[in-house]
Amino acid sequence: MTTRILGPFNRVEGDLEVHLDIADGRVAAARVNSPLYRGFEQMLPGKSPLDALVIVPRICGICSVSQSAAAVAALRDLIGLTPPPNGRLAEKLIGACENLADHLTHFYLFFMPDFARPVYRARSWFATVEARFRAVTGSAAADMLPARAEFMHLMGLMAGKWPHTLSLQPGGTSRPLEQAEILRLITLLRGFRRFLERHTFGDVLEAIADLDSLAALNDWRQGRQSDLALFLAVADDLELHKLGRASDRFLSHGAYGLFEAGIWNEDSGPAPLDAAAIAEDVSHAWMAGLTLPPAEGLTRPLPDKADAYTWCKAPRYAGQVMETGALARQMVSGHALIRECVATHGGSVQARVLARLLELAIVLPEMERWARALTPGETWCHHADLPDSGSGIGLVEAARGALGHWLSVRHGRIENYQIIAPTTWNFSPRDTAGNPGALEQALAGMEIEANDPMPAAVQHVVRSFDPCMVCTVH
Amino acid sequence: MTAPLNLLWLQSGGCGGCTLSLLNAEQPHVLELLDQAGIRLLWHPSLSQESGGEALDILAACAEGRERLDILCVEGAVMTGPHGTGRFHMLSGTGRPMMSWLLDLAARARHVLAVGSCAAFGGITAGGGNPAGAVGLQYDGEHVGGLLGQSFRAGDGLPVINVAGCPTHPGWVLDTLLALALERFTASDLDPLNRPRFYADHLVHHGCPRNEFYEFKASAEKASDLGCMMENLGCKGTQAHADCNTRLWNGAGSCLRGGYACVSCTEPRFEEPGHPFAETPKVAGIPIGLPTDMPKAWFVALAALSKSATPKRVRENAVADHTVVTPAVKKTGLK
Repeated sequence: MTTRILGPFNRVEGDLEVHLDIADGRVAAARVNSPLYRGFEQMLPGKSPLDALVIVPRICGICSVSQSAAAVAALRDLIGLTPPPNGRLAEKLIGACENLADHLTHFYLFFMPDFARPVYRARSWFATVEARFRAVTGSAAADMLPARAEFMHLMGLMAGKWPHTLSLQPGGTSRPLEQAEILRLITLLRGFRRFLERHTFGDVLEAIADLDSLAALNDWRQGRQSDLALFLAVADDLELHKLGRASDRFLSHGAYGLFEAGIWNEDSGPAPLDAAAIAEDVSHAWMAGLTLPPAEGLTRPLPDKADAYTWCKAPRYAGQVMETGALARQMVSGHALIRECVATHGGSVQARVLARLLELAIVLPEMERWARALTPGETWCHHADLPDSGSGIGLVEAARGALGHWLSVRHGRIENYQIIAPTTWNFSPRDTAGNPGALEQALAGMEIEANDPMPAAVQHVVRSFDPCMVCTVH
Repeated sequence: MTAPLNLLWLQSGGCGGCTLSLLNAEQPHVLELLDQAGIRLLWHPSLSQESGGEALDILAACAEGRERLDILCVEGAVMTGPHGTGRFHMLSGTGRPMMSWLLDLAARARHVLAVGSCAAFGGITAGGGNPAGAVGLQYDGEHVGGLLGQSFRAGDGLPVINVAGCPTHPGWVLDTLLALALERFTASDLDPLNRPRFYADHLVHHGCPRNEFYEFKASAEKASDLGCMMENLGCKGTQAHADCNTRLWNGAGSCLRGGYACVSCTEPRFEEPGHPFAETPKVAGIPIGLPTDMPKAWFVALAALSKSATPKRVRENAVADHTVVTPAVKKTGLK
C-alpha cells in the first residue's frame, strides 16, 4: 500500500489537502485535512453580541451573507424578534443572490475547467469543452463574469456591498428601498434570467425547474445546445453518476421558506430535523475536549494531538455522517428528478452538480416574485433591546449546505459562539467510532491510476461538494 | 511587444473575500483587464487550471528564481502561530508553513502587494486576542514589522503595497496592478501606511448620500433610519481613508448606502475598535472620534449651531425609514 498526499486543491474556496492510501489500484482509505486555522470561535467570546454581525461574515468571502444570516437568525432567536414582511423579503433576496452567484461561480470557474485537462484529449467533447471552460481563457468565463457582476448589483442596491455586508439585522434590513430602486431590482433579475436562459440552460427557467424525471431530462437534452447540455454529455461519457457516492444521508436546514428543513436517508426517507441530535466529535481534529453538542462546544487547539489529522471537527447527526448541499436540499425537499437520481445511482458527482443548476432555475423566478412583493414606505426593520443573558440558534442554508450558529450571551457579552459550516459536515474527519466523513467515504474505493499524481476523477469528486474550506474550520 | 508581467496570487489567513470581490470588477471584468494590461496569471488559487503538483511546480520555480516573479499578491494574514511555528497554516501538499513560502517568494518578487487588510495589517484574523498569531506582510496592526520586517523592499525598491480594505474594492486592486504595469507607480504614490494614495487620499465621507443629514447633525437612531450614522451608530466615514462613496461597490452601493456604519476597514486595527461596532463612543454626549482634520472646538460649536438650525424635513426624515417630508416645491422658479 502507498500513501499519496494531494494538494493544493485550487478552485476550491480555501486550503485543502487529501491523503489517499492506495492498494491494488484503488483508494483503500482517504483522510481529509483542512490545514488552516484562524480561531473565530475563540475571538467572539467577550464581545458585544451585535459585533458578531461585523465579525462572522468575514469568516468567509464566498458564504459571507450566509454567515451574516446565521448570526442574524441566532440573535433573532435570542431576542425573540420577528422582522416585517419587507425585511423578510429583503433577507431572502440577498441570501438567494449570494447562493445563486455561488452556484454559478462553482459551475463555471471551479468545477467545469477540470474537463479541459489534457487527460481527456481523446474524448469527442474535448475541443468544445476546452474552448468553453478552460480556466482563465475559456469563453464561458468571459460570458459569466459580467453576468454575475450585474446580478450582484442586487447587493449594491440592497446590502451596500458584497462580500461583508452589515445590512442584515435581527429585526430586518437596514436598507429600505424606494420605488425606483425596486424597478432596478426587477430589471437586473430579468437580465440574469436572460443570461441563464441563453447560456446555461438554452431554455426558459420554468422548463428546467419542471424537469421531474431522468426520462424527462433525457428527452429535454436531445439536440440542445447549452452549458447544462454540454455538462450532461460529459457526465454521461465519464459516468459521473457512478462517481463520488458518500453516505447517502442528507441534511438540510431549509431555505427561503421554499425548501424544507429535514433529513433524508434510504431507510427512513424524509424526516424532520432535530437540532438537538447534532454534536461535534473532535477525536481526529487538533482540538482538545470530547464530543459535545454545539451549544456547549469548545474550541481549544491542540496542535500536537496524536491521531489527529485536521483542524476540522466532525459534526454528526445522532451519531451519523451526513452530507449537506444543494443535493441534500433537493432530496429533503423532494425534488422528483433528484430523488430519482439518488434512487438509481446514489448521491454522485452528477447529482450534486445537477441539483445546483436546478436551483438556479427554481430560485430565480421566486426572486422575481419576492422583488415584486416589496412595498416602499412600509417598515423594513423592527427593533428591540438585547436581553442581558440567554441563548440563540441560527440555522440557515449557504449555497454549499447547512450552516448553523449557536450563541450564548451572559451579562450582555458573548459567552460562547460555535459554528458548524456546510463543509465541516462534508469534509469532516473520522469520528470516535472510526466512521469517515462524507468526502472520505466518497473517495474510498475509487480506482486510481498508478502514475497519475493528481487524478482528475478525485478532483471531480472533491469539487462536486463545492467545498468552502475557510468556513470549514473558521 | 514587452514580455507579460508574471503575477502569482496566494491566500493565507483570510476569507478569500478579496478574490471574490475582484470577480465583481466590471467594464472590463478582471480577466479581460489583466489580459489588456499584459499581466499573466502564473497561478491563482481560485482561477487557475493547475492543481496539486502542477501548482507547486510553479511556486517552486518562482521561489528558486527559475521563473520570473513580477508581482506577488498575498491575500489573508500571515499565520505565525502556534508559538511562531506557522503551523496554523501549512500550504497543502508541501508540509511547509505558508509563512516560510511567503518569505522565499517575497524575496524574489519585483512588486509585492498585500491584498486586503488581513495581508496588510493582520485585519479581522488578528482580532479577539489574535488566537492564531496573525500578522500582516509588513505591518502588525499599526506597527511596521509584520512578517517581512521594516527594512524589506521588493525588487522595485518599494515596501509592500498595502491595498487595505475588508474586502478590497476590485478597482483598488486592479488600478494598483495597472499602474504597476504602466510603470506609473512610485514611492510618492503611497500614503504613510503604504496604501495607494489614489484611493487612500479620500475619506469614505466624500460623496456620502447622507451628507445633508451630516451637515445638520440630523442623526439616525436605529438601523434603517435615513439620518447620519456618525453620532449614534458608530460610523467612521469622516475618518476612514477610502473612496467608497465616489467609486461605489456592486454597481451603486457602499456601506453607508447599505444603511450601516463605516467600520473603517481600510485602517489598521479596525477589528478591535474598543467599543461595539454599531455604537458611537462618546464623552459627555460628544463623539470622541471627530472628523479628520476638524478641530474639536469648531466641531462642537458647528454641531450645536447646525442642530439648532435643522429644517423639519431633515430632522423628521433622519429617524424614518423612508422620506416622510418631501422637499418643498417652489412654484416661482429657482433663482
